[in-house]
Amino acid sequence: MRPDRPGLGAERRGRAVLAVPAALALGLIVVPILALLARIDWSQLPRHLSAPGVGAAMRLSALTTTITVVVAVVLGTPLAWLLARSRHPAARWVRAVVTVPLVLPPVVGGVALLMAYGRRGVVGGVLFEAFGWQVPFTTTAVVLAEIFVAMPFYVVAVEGALRGVDVRFDQVAATLGASPWRTLVRVALPMAWPGVAAGAALAWARALGEFGATITFAGNFSGTTQTAPLAVYTALESDPQAALALSVVMLGVCIVVLGALRGRWAR
Amino acid sequence: MTAPPPAAGAHLDAHLDAHLVAARGTFTLEVDLRAKQGQVIALLGPNGSGKTTALHALAGLIPLRDGWIRVAGEPWAQGRRQRQASTRHTGLVVADHLLFPHLTALANVAFGPRARGRPRPVATTRARAELAALGIADLADRRPRELSHGQAQRVALARALATDPALLLLDEPLAALDPDTRAQVRAALHQRLAGFAGATVLVTHDPLDALTLADELVFLDGGRVVQQGRPAEAIARPRTPYVAQVVGLNLYAGHALDGSTVHTAWGAVVAAPHEHRGESWVAFAPSAVALYPARPEGSPRNTWEVVVAGVEVSGQRARVRLQPLGMPGVSLASEVTVASVVALGLEPGVRAWATVKAAEVAAYPA
Repeated sequence: MRPDRPGLGAERRGRAVLAVPAALALGLIVVPILALLARIDWSQLPRHLSAPGVGAAMRLSALTTTITVVVAVVLGTPLAWLLARSRHPAARWVRAVVTVPLVLPPVVGGVALLMAYGRRGVVGGVLFEAFGWQVPFTTTAVVLAEIFVAMPFYVVAVEGALRGVDVRFDQVAATLGASPWRTLVRVALPMAWPGVAAGAALAWARALGEFGATITFAGNFSGTTQTAPLAVYTALESDPQAALALSVVMLGVCIVVLGALRGRWAR
Repeated sequence: MTAPPPAAGAHLDAHLDAHLVAARGTFTLEVDLRAKQGQVIALLGPNGSGKTTALHALAGLIPLRDGWIRVAGEPWAQGRRQRQASTRHTGLVVADHLLFPHLTALANVAFGPRARGRPRPVATTRARAELAALGIADLADRRPRELSHGQAQRVALARALATDPALLLLDEPLAALDPDTRAQVRAALHQRLAGFAGATVLVTHDPLDALTLADELVFLDGGRVVQQGRPAEAIARPRTPYVAQVVGLNLYAGHALDGSTVHTAWGAVVAAPHEHRGESWVAFAPSAVALYPARPEGSPRNTWEVVVAGVEVSGQRARVRLQPLGMPGVSLASEVTVASVVALGLEPGVRAWATVKAAEVAAYPA
């Protein structure tokens, strides 16, 4: 007779009840990734990656995502700072607007971008009339689409991180003569650094994966607007192994970035 | 020749001359503060009395609703025209040091001079000198997390002083320190303030800080000044129950009749001879209150039967809280030796007789 036996069994059963859905959840994520790795022909990987269009797509993705992250950091940081420190009622609305692209279907974002920067768009019309500039279906359009979808990730992450910096540090910096700019750059940002790095990485990853808004607003032209995800989608019909090769490269890059982020800035 | 008209009530010879009117939610603050160069003013008061609000108003961290701040002849605030915190010349030290965690002690101290446009070598030299003046030059390369509380607080003081502020604002600078460290940092602060040219406003609720560091005490309650004066004056003649509690005296309001007796809510108290008549305070030290198990023979004129409400022992002394019989709401503190506590069997509920010699009771006009 061991009185603790039934309790132990119940606990085990309880754990099993949780383990089944947990394993299913994990499987739904892991199986596709493993399948990707299982089906690729590793010996042919270099050949597929050197196929025409693949290199161009990777270079274009590297270029546009880098520009996107730079723009997000340069413009998004001040926005995040103002949102983090503002007590104005309007800040709530601004915050709501900033998060819209997070939940908006990317295709809708692409349509919205067309309405804004298209030849007859609100801003694009003016640009076309005045300078003959045409934004859609150019690399600029790719960058605009990526910024539209990725900037909110950066702003939300950095705002949260800056909010975590005790406002009294701002006050001390102010009494020491620091301007708001100096306080942001020398005090708040260094203290919020892990959040800034995470925000930049998130924004970069979102920009790298951007598909819907890009194909709607920028099109799918090899060399100018065909980014890596678009190239994968295009290749899937003509050359599935090339699509697989490109997918594996993107997966690898993402894992490396995630790993670096974990190792450096997170526990 | 035209001179700018002085603001109403402005004291042009004072280094700090402020009439602060500020609000936080439903709380309003209205306080006058004045200090000469090198003077230290201590702001004392219970929680929520407006001490920190006053300090923040001086620093420019909250706006003035009305009034003015004039420091070293410069208007920092006058009605709606108020300088930003960063263009006033203050140094702020708070209880939990708030050193920038990503900077070394040296870089923390050099931050102010750098923010005010000094070249890096000049700022660094100044920072080293400031650390040396507080005896912590060897900590220059440490980060805040590698410093003890006492060390960090000294670095914070060095940081506040490195910009040569016209006004040094200390918000409970010693409150977070353990007793030994507190004594050391208090001594360092005392020494450093002696050589400080500007005025200092010290917020504290530790009377010892106020008495050792300040030239003038300002007691706040509910956003107003309730008593103000030199430490010796405040200690001897408290004018509000809060001040009496801070300095540890028994204080009662009453009416002076004949130069020897003051009528209080709980009866006549015979005091040392005094000149004034009318509204009056009577004060006496707990150590002047003697306790007996029975009504003493040939008793002094101030004799009351009391019930013990509480006993707190500190070293060889004990503070006994007493309630005179038949007078609810009145309390009396006595300080006796621990030996007396044992001999009289003093514990809550025990009855005793309390006496105070008239010569020990001070009476002064309210």
